[in-house]
Amino acid sequence: MNMTITQENVKTDLLEIIRSYLSEEIEASEISGDKHLINDLKINSAHIVDIVLDIEDKFDIMIDDDAIGKMNTVQDSIDMVLKKAA
Amino acid sequence: MRNKRVVITGIGVVASNGIGKDAFMQALREGKSGIKRLEELEKLNIKCQIGGVPDLASINLNDFLPRLFVEKMTNRGIIYACLSGLEAWKDAGLAPNDDEVDYSSGIIMGAGDLTCSSWINREFPTYLIDRGESRKLGSRTISESMNSGAAAYLNSLLGLGNRVQANSSACITGSEAVSMGYEYLQTGRAERMLCGSTEGDGKYIWGGFDAMRVLCNDSNDNPAFGSRPMSSTSSGFVPSGGAGALVIETLESARNRGAKIYAEILGGHTNSGGQRGTGTMTAPNSEAVVRCIKSAIEAAEIQPDEIDLISGHLTSTKGDPIEIENWVKALNRKGEDFPMVNAPKSMIGHSIAGAGAIELVACALQIKNNFIHPSLNTEEIHPKISDKIFGGCVPQHCHEREVNVIIKANFGFGDLNCVIVLKKIT
Repeated sequence: MNMTITQENVKTDLLEIIRSYLSEEIEASEISGDKHLINDLKINSAHIVDIVLDIEDKFDIMIDDDAIGKMNTVQDSIDMVLKKAA
Repeated sequence: MRNKRVVITGIGVVASNGIGKDAFMQALREGKSGIKRLEELEKLNIKCQIGGVPDLASINLNDFLPRLFVEKMTNRGIIYACLSGLEAWKDAGLAPNDDEVDYSSGIIMGAGDLTCSSWINREFPTYLIDRGESRKLGSRTISESMNSGAAAYLNSLLGLGNRVQANSSACITGSEAVSMGYEYLQTGRAERMLCGSTEGDGKYIWGGFDAMRVLCNDSNDNPAFGSRPMSSTSSGFVPSGGAGALVIETLESARNRGAKIYAEILGGHTNSGGQRGTGTMTAPNSEAVVRCIKSAIEAAEIQPDEIDLISGHLTSTKGDPIEIENWVKALNRKGEDFPMVNAPKSMIGHSIAGAGAIELVACALQIKNNFIHPSLNTEEIHPKISDKIFGGCVPQHCHEREVNVIIKANFGFGDLNCVIVLKKIT
C-alpha cells in the first residue's frame, strides 16, 4: 500500500483526515503546512488522538505517544507519516 | 412565595415515524407507523425482528449539525438528542450562543443507555478492549458512552450555563426530565430549561429485552401490526429509538419575549411503588400508580372531569389492561364518561428512555393544534379494557377537536411512575 507514498499524496490524505475535526469557523482552504493543529486550526486537543488513529488506519502505520507529541503542525504530521511509512 | 407558572415554548423530535415536529405531527395525524422489519435482527436470531429506527437518511444532517458531528459522531442516541434539542431551541425562537454563556438557561437531557446505542461504522467499544487494542478507542468513547453524553454534546452546540444534567430512570426518563425542569423553574432558579430524553436503537439495546421475552413475538411479517397497545392480542412491545426535547420556560419569561406557547405545565408527580405489593423490577405497584395520577391531578389543581385526553404509557404488553384499570380508579371515570385515551407507541414503538419526551412532544402538538391522534391496531380491544371503558374512547382515526387538558403518564422498570398534566394556555 505504500508504493506511492510521496509528500503530495500524504498531504492530500492528511488534509482529508484533518478536515472533519476542524472547528466550524475554520475553512478547509486555510489548512497549509505551517499551520499548528491546535493553535491555528483550533482542533480540540482531545481529537488529536482521533486524527492519529485515522492516520494509522489510512497509512497502515503505528504512531507511538512520543511521535504524537511532536505532531504540532500539519508539516510535522506529513513528515512523521513519511518517516514511518518509509 | 407563589410558585412560578411554567409553559412549553419549543419542541423538537426524532421519531421512527418522522424527524422534526412538522413531519411528526403529520405522521401522528395520519396514523403512520414507523415500525419496519430489520434484516440485521433476523440474522442474529433475535426473536423480535421489527423495530422503529428514525430515518436519518430522510434529512440532510449537514443542515442541522456541525461537520464533526456529521462525519465522526457514531452514537445515534446522541445524534437524536442533538437534533431534537437544537430543533426545540430554535422553535422557541432562541439562537445558540456563539461565545457567550447563557446562565439563565439549562438542560436536563436524559438517556437510557448510551453505551449500548448502535455505534455507526464502528466496533462496539468492549471488543477493542478485549482484543487488547484499547488505544484504538479514540477520544470520544467516554464522552459518547457516558449517560450525560447527550446533554454534554447538545450543550456544546448551545452554550447554556445554568444547570446541565442527565437523568436516567428507564421508561419515565423523558417525562421525569420535564418534571424536574418544571420543578426547578417553579422556584425561579432559571428562566428556561431544555428538557428531554433520548435512546439509540439496535441489537445491543434490544437484545436484552428480547431475552426477557417482553418484545413482540408474532409480527415479523407484519411490522406495522406489531405494536398494538390495548389490543386483545398484544404480544409484547416493539422497540424503537428516538429523542424528544421541550423548551420549558417561566410564563413571565415567555411573555416578556413574546414567545409562542404550546401549553402550560399545570403540575405533575413522580413516585415509585417501592417494588412492593404488585410492584417488581418490571411490573408496577398499581397502588403507587393510582397515587401518582391522583397526586398529579391534585398538584395541577384540576378536576378529573376536565381531562380531555390520556396519553398513556400503554406499551402493547399485558400491562395495558392493568394501566387502564388504574386510570379508571384514579380518575373515578369509566364507561362513556372515560376520557379519550391514545397510545403514541402504537405508531412509533417503545423508544424506551426516549419515549417520555417524544410522547410529551406529541401531547404539545395535540393541545396546540387541537387533534387527538389515532391509536393504531385497536380494532379488537382487550376484554379487560372494554369491560371498563367505552370503545369509542380509543380513537381509531384522527379526531380534529378542541383539546384543553392532557394527562401524560410513563411507567418504568424499577417500579417508577411519572405523570404530567398539560393545559392549553388562556
